[in-house]
Amino acid sequence: MSHIPVGGTGTASADAATPEPEPRDESRGKSRGPLTRSDARAGLTLISPTLVIVIFMVVLPILWTVMLAFRPLSLLNLATSGLFGTDFTLDNFRTVLTASGFGGSLLTTLVYSVLGTGSAIVLGLIAALAVRRTFPGRTFVRAAMLLPYVAPVVAATFVWRTMLDPQFGIINHWGTRLLGWDEPIAFLTQQSNPISLLGVEFSLPTALLSVIAFEAWRSFPFAFLFLTARLQAVPATLEEAARVDGATPLQRFRYVLLPQLLPTIAVLSILRFIWTFNSFDDIYLLTGGGAGTEVVSVRVFNYLTATGNIGLASAQALVLAAILAVLVGIYLKRFAPQEEKT
Amino acid sequence: MATEMREHTVQEPRDVPPDRQWSRDAVENRVFGILRWVVIAGLLLVTLFPFYYMGLLSIRALDEVILDPGALWVSLSELNFDTYTSVLSSPDSGGQGFLVFMRNSALVAFGTVALTLLVALPGAYAVSRLEFFGRRQVSALFLSVYLFPSILLAVPLFVAFTRIGQRGTLVGLLIVYVSQIVAVSIYMLRNYFDTIPVSLEESAALDGCGRLSIMWRISLPLAMPAIVANGLFVFMIAWNEFLFALLFLVEDRDKWTVSLGLSQLAGSIEIPTTVLMAGSVILTVPIIVIFFAAERLLTEGLTAGAEKG
Repeated sequence: MSHIPVGGTGTASADAATPEPEPRDESRGKSRGPLTRSDARAGLTLISPTLVIVIFMVVLPILWTVMLAFRPLSLLNLATSGLFGTDFTLDNFRTVLTASGFGGSLLTTLVYSVLGTGSAIVLGLIAALAVRRTFPGRTFVRAAMLLPYVAPVVAATFVWRTMLDPQFGIINHWGTRLLGWDEPIAFLTQQSNPISLLGVEFSLPTALLSVIAFEAWRSFPFAFLFLTARLQAVPATLEEAARVDGATPLQRFRYVLLPQLLPTIAVLSILRFIWTFNSFDDIYLLTGGGAGTEVVSVRVFNYLTATGNIGLASAQALVLAAILAVLVGIYLKRFAPQEEKT
Repeated sequence: MATEMREHTVQEPRDVPPDRQWSRDAVENRVFGILRWVVIAGLLLVTLFPFYYMGLLSIRALDEVILDPGALWVSLSELNFDTYTSVLSSPDSGGQGFLVFMRNSALVAFGTVALTLLVALPGAYAVSRLEFFGRRQVSALFLSVYLFPSILLAVPLFVAFTRIGQRGTLVGLLIVYVSQIVAVSIYMLRNYFDTIPVSLEESAALDGCGRLSIMWRISLPLAMPAIVANGLFVFMIAWNEFLFALLFLVEDRDKWTVSLGLSQLAGSIEIPTTVLMAGSVILTVPIIVIFFAAERLLTEGLTAGAEKG
């Protein structure tokens, strides 16, 4: 992992047999000697504060969650019952898995994560290709496109809620005037909306699509950033050769650029999927989990705060994590060999 | 700008022979040449408009917003900055008390930056430079912490901090933030330390510097750009954070951060939307200022270790 220039430094360090207190040399990291030993000690000392924090604030709490999930525990009896009881039971998992709305909530989470991730990456790819060549003001355009990602989520959701408001939101105002909508659309509070397109009647999950649109808006900059960086690393000669051979822009994208970008897209998909699958803030702040947008993380939150049932909240969180782990596992198994080839 | 030079060489040739004017290549070039600008304009509109609208509503009067919700600008006579005084002043004088929220946010954010850097700098140096037992495992552990869902961590931390009576305190929140961010921070800083040539440190060692003195005199000054970028990055995460602030501080209004305050007040019907928009501007402006001031530093950082979200 360490990028150590081994060549060239050898002679300098060979002369280091001087009476200095402790001249150490990383380029000799593999050799066994008093210097490496003191380096090892220094390394452990320097890393230990972080290690302590991570172990006490992340690793142990997670192990503890597993214990909590098997115990009948609520915020009310927390003070009286011990932190490490042995009253283990499977009731929490039974309740969580058979609770009304769990299946629907899981499906919502899946749809939200897949569509949110997909649209964010497609949008990011389009953006990265559009600003690829230089033009005046490109630096500003690039920075502006990152704003949705860095802006505070509370402010962003609040503006969206105001814009999408049926009474005085600007989207509905112009939608009813310019786009000929019959009546304002309650984007965030309506579960479904009947649509008739080319004589076919069907209904769209309005609120769910709205939160997916928000997710795409908020996280496309992340994909944009990664893909832009990757595009810059594509050797210009590749594309030039394709152009000389008469490949049109579309063909050059399909056969030259896209294969170069695929590994990055694969990594982006998995990162974004993991985060979107667990994401809580966006949906909680936009809809509060109502109107058919109740994802599993909102259920965890509600178990924890509304009902104060620690056992149920832990079990629900574990179920969420387990499903995610399985999905990610399947994905890696399915796609990892292909990535290595490219 | 090596990349820009390279991109020029991909420019299409101008002298297209007349018989090939409607070839697939020429048509595609023309279509994408136009489409590109349409896409850029559309994306700019979509990304910037919400922020423009935020600023616009914050300086309009509420009755005018209700009369004409579709207005895209505000006339000079309409300009109204009362929203800002209203949102900042304390609840006793009829305001929303955002000044207190800002103080809380600033305390937590600066505290998180200081503590995270204090812990992460030596750690990152160790992971980058020193061969110690379990180095690889430690790196793997930090990466998995980075990918870990915060909603799963929220349950035990909520319970534990409730139990020890530290849930309602800013210090408790600060510790949670540091524990969440320190792994990412180490990852970003380590990448930078890796790019500093070891030979510089070696010559210092030859001159008789010990390890600590090498760190202090050579490595830290060289890593300054990365440290600044990392500090800003940590500040942004801590300033923007919502879930843990909600879980830890919601009961006591005097402890609310700006994010939490805005989210709690946004549900109330009594507070005019324009006043809350002023609150959103107050919440967003520090982030935008930091971001544009240090855009180059930060984008590199963001690609190295992006926000957990």
